[in-house]
Order: sequence, then C-alpha cells, then structure tokens
Amino acid sequence: MSEKVLMKGNEAIGEAAIRANCKCFFGYPITPQTEVAAYMAKKMPTIGRVFLQAESEIAAINMIYGAAGTGVRCMTSSSSPGISLKAEGISYIAGAELPCVIINIVRGGPGLGGIQPAQSDYFQATKGGAHGDFHMPVYAPSSVQEMVDYIQEAFDVADAYRTPVMIMGDGMLGQMMEPVEFKELKSERVLPEKTWAANGRMGREHHNVINSLFLKTEALEEHNNHLGRKYDAIKKNEVKYELMNTEDAELILVAYGTTARICKNVIKLAKEKGVNLGLIRPITLWPYPQEAFDLTIGNTKHGYLAVEMSMGQMVEDVRLSVEGRKPVHFYGRSGGMIPTPDEILVKAMEIVGGNK
Amino acid sequence: MEVKDRPILFKPTKGMLDVPTHYCPGCTHGVIHRLIGEVMEELDIIDKTIGVAPVGCSVLAYDYFACDMFEAAHGRAPAVATGIKRANPDKIVFTYQGDGDLAAIGTAEGVHAAARGEQIVTIFVNNCIYGMTGGQMAPTTLPGQKTETSPYGRDVATAGYPIRFSEMLAQLDGSYYIERVSVDKVAGVAKTKKAIKKAFQNAIDGKGFNMVEVLSICPTNWGLNTEESLNWLRESMIPYYPLGVKKDLSKEEAK
Repeated sequence: MSEKVLMKGNEAIGEAAIRANCKCFFGYPITPQTEVAAYMAKKMPTIGRVFLQAESEIAAINMIYGAAGTGVRCMTSSSSPGISLKAEGISYIAGAELPCVIINIVRGGPGLGGIQPAQSDYFQATKGGAHGDFHMPVYAPSSVQEMVDYIQEAFDVADAYRTPVMIMGDGMLGQMMEPVEFKELKSERVLPEKTWAANGRMGREHHNVINSLFLKTEALEEHNNHLGRKYDAIKKNEVKYELMNTEDAELILVAYGTTARICKNVIKLAKEKGVNLGLIRPITLWPYPQEAFDLTIGNTKHGYLAVEMSMGQMVEDVRLSVEGRKPVHFYGRSGGMIPTPDEILVKAMEIVGGNK
Repeated sequence: MEVKDRPILFKPTKGMLDVPTHYCPGCTHGVIHRLIGEVMEELDIIDKTIGVAPVGCSVLAYDYFACDMFEAAHGRAPAVATGIKRANPDKIVFTYQGDGDLAAIGTAEGVHAAARGEQIVTIFVNNCIYGMTGGQMAPTTLPGQKTETSPYGRDVATAGYPIRFSEMLAQLDGSYYIERVSVDKVAGVAKTKKAIKKAFQNAIDGKGFNMVEVLSICPTNWGLNTEESLNWLRESMIPYYPLGVKKDLSKEEAK
C-alpha cells in the first residue's frame, strides 16, 4: 500500500480523490488540468462511480451542487478561466453550505492569458472570487505528494464544515511527475452525519431543501452570521504553514506552492554566501497563516520578501499580517514565467545589502 | 354539521405541503404545481423524488412541494438535476423551469441534459414573459408583444425570434418524450396532468429525457384580467406554440 509510484500531478489528484471516496467527478477540458478529467474518465466507471464531462464549467459546478446536495462526495477540476465560469456555482455552493472539492491548476491570466504556470488566481481563490460574503478553505500544495495528501484533507474539511474547499496548484505541479506514496487513509476527524442532504425523504418526516435564498433581511443576516462563525472556526482550527530557517534570518521569504520550492533552493544558495534567509510557506492560503508572522517578526532583520508567480497578490496578505511592524518586499514573475533561484537571490541580496 | 356520509370529491394532494403560495391572482403556476403533486402522490414517489426549483416566479417552489427540493441558480436546474440523478440513479428527479430560465440563460444546460438523455423530467412553464422581475421580454415573447423591455412590441429585426424550445429539443437524439400542453381550460388541465404523469412514469422506467411544456398565463405582467389572459393564450400563444406531442420514443419502441 505504501510503495512509491511515479505519477503526474494531475493523475495523482484523480487517484487521491478516488481513494478519498469521491463518488462523482464532473469536469470540462481545459489546459493544464485536463489529465485530472482523463484519469477520472478512465477509472471511475470501472469502480461503479460517476464520471461525466459537462457541457461547460458552469454546468460542471452545478452538477457538483446537485450531487453534493444529496450528501455524496464529489469533485470538479479546472484551470483559471474555467474557475471564473464556476464562480457563480461556488457562491451558491458556499451559500447552501455544500461540501465539495474544487481543483484549480492555475495558468496565467487575465482573460485567456496563457497555459503556463502562474499564481495569479490568489485573489480569486482567497477573497471569495464570486458574489456575496463567503470564503472557502484553499490549500496550496508544493509537491505531487502534498497534492495527494491534501485531497483527503480537503474532503474531510469540506464535510466537517459543510463548505467547498479548493486545492490550488499550478501548471507546473499538475504537469510534473514525482514519486508519490498513497498512505493508508485514516482520518482523525469525526465527521458529522449529513442529515441535511436532500437525497429523497425515504420516510423522513420533513422534506430537506438545498437553498441559498433568504428573502427576509433578518434571515439572510443571520445566515451570514452563521457562515461567519463557521469561518472563524476554520481560521482557528485549520491554518497550515511551514517554517524553515526562521529562527535568525536576515530576511524571511514568503512563498507557496511552486515558488516555495524554488525559495528553498534560494535559502541554500544564500547560505553559501553566508546570508541566512528564512521561509514562511503558507499551506492554507485561506485561512492565511498570520501567526507565522507573529512568531517570526522578531527574528527577521530586514522583514519579509513575498515571492509569487503573479504581479503581487499574496503580498497584500503578508502586509496585513505584518501590520507595518517590518518592511515587506515583493518579487514576482508573471505570464507563465517561473522565477529562477538566482534572480530571487539577487533581489534578496539587494534588500539585505541595501539596508546594511 | 355531519358530513361523514358524504364522499370526498376534492382534497389537498400529499405531493404539496399545506402552505400558502405567493402567486398572483389568476396565475397558473398553482395549477401546474398541484398536478405535479397529484402525479407524485398517485405514482407513490413523493419519498423518492427530488425536485429542482428555478429562479423566477416559481423560485419558492421548494417550499411548496413535499418531496426533497433544491433551489438552483438561474438556468442551471438541468445541470443540478443531472448531478442529483447521476449520484442517485434510484431516485426520481424533476426540474421546474420558466421560459427565461430554460430557454435563455439556461439554454446550454437544457439542451445538453436532453442531448445526454438524462432520465429526468423537466416541467417547462412558458408564459412568454419574465414574471418575477416585473414583465420583461422573454426568449418566448411573441413578435409584436409589448413588455417592459420591448415597449414598442418585440421587433424581430432587433430582438430576434421566439424559441420553440420543445421542437428544438425534440430534434435531439437524446430526448425521449416531449409534449406541449396548455392549462387554459379544464380539458387542457386534464391533458397536462396526463402528460406530466407520463413523463414521471418514463423517469421511473429509466427513460429520458422527458419534458412537458405548459403554456401558462401571467395576468399581472400581461396587464390583462384572467379571462382576457386565457383568451390571449388561446389566440396568440397556441398558434405560435402548437400543442401536442413533439416526440415520443415509446411509440416507436412499441412498433
């Protein structure tokens, strides 16, 4: 069971979802995530589960709304422009409090953008991304192994809190091959029974309704307060991050996903030059790991450097977390360009040297 | 008063909950709701049916039907129903949609649910107008018909032509049974019930896609009284939207 297999990121997502008891997959082809759908198309029918290629991302997310509303574990996957199309459905799913997992293998934007890796959907994923007062937990794995591990986590968190959960990778994580281990799944969470599911009354005394409409202002406010309390609980319990070398750093890099991997190399390169760099790697992008900054704020001489494959999106949360206590710098590449360790190092040395 | 010896001729259907509806006076949504409720009761499927309400006048239908219900985003009911049915093939799934919902914003979802032969029932209520938002032009608004957004009458040169959605879906290999009916008179109501029952029976038998288009009236937004509305349905709507079976594969299977 625990032997390592070499798998493409996108296919590993599919396999991990199957092992997490995902009963239905609804998707639509879009580069660079299409292998998720192809993997599910091949595997799901052979084990009596549902794969369906929808007519659009809009239809796919609404099929998720239907299946999830009957209490079935289900997943959809897409890439940036497709996630924009799903936005309406995600808002309804959040409003109706339905558990499901949404994969975004991010590519460059805006518009049709490009098909190379990017992190430019950070705002969309973490700040709601559709109408209304809602959030969803967003996981940012930085390896194929982590993609696998966080799929299970995502399904559990979705069920535990009745919320959509997003796994945000990028074209590089989706397309690359790495050895992965599918560990024995044992969840420590006690997941609530889905007594709310509208899956046919079958003797139940009342009818169940899946709905996000509250015409009375008081009722909608109460619903939003209820969602707010749920989000508070998620913020309290589900924050995940990794700290590396942050005890005594000249500068702490902040990066997630693919860029975090690159930043780990930057730390090694800097060490060779006698400069100590640290790293905060948010694993949950929402809720954002603010405590990682509170813990390290006294340990960094020159503050923080956010490194992203975007024009500067997560850096805003870094600033909100640092609250002006230390300088916050930014280095980003966009359009599908992946920053090299050397260019990040140059930027870091500039900050470290410039302030000396 | 002693009534025990008198036969009960009319009583509420178990397919609907005992709650007041919000529909305007003269509106025929209530009639169509009741027919669905009666059909669910007669086929004994209330316990295993899951309905999907639309956006529009019948948005609150989820509060009226006794079966489990979903409220879908505007136009997305056929996709939601697909997700429900695929995840629960042993259940009976129906959507209840208006003309704007199904024939405009939800065109893709309706066409593709039919093309896939989803084993669901769609009740399509066509009243040639957007009711909930206050009487705007619908995809089924007739040429020349005045609405809030076609104040000079629908000009086909700029606003295009109405869509005959039943005829359109009947063209698709995936559709199984499609009939257009009308609730403008008692005989029409009886025919409508028969069509709805057939559509649900098909779904029970694993056949699909099934759609019953019901020509309906909207006195409030048409600016007519109920009687005038019923006449307008007969004189203006039926000629453009001819009643009858558009497709019935069970007849072909029987041959």
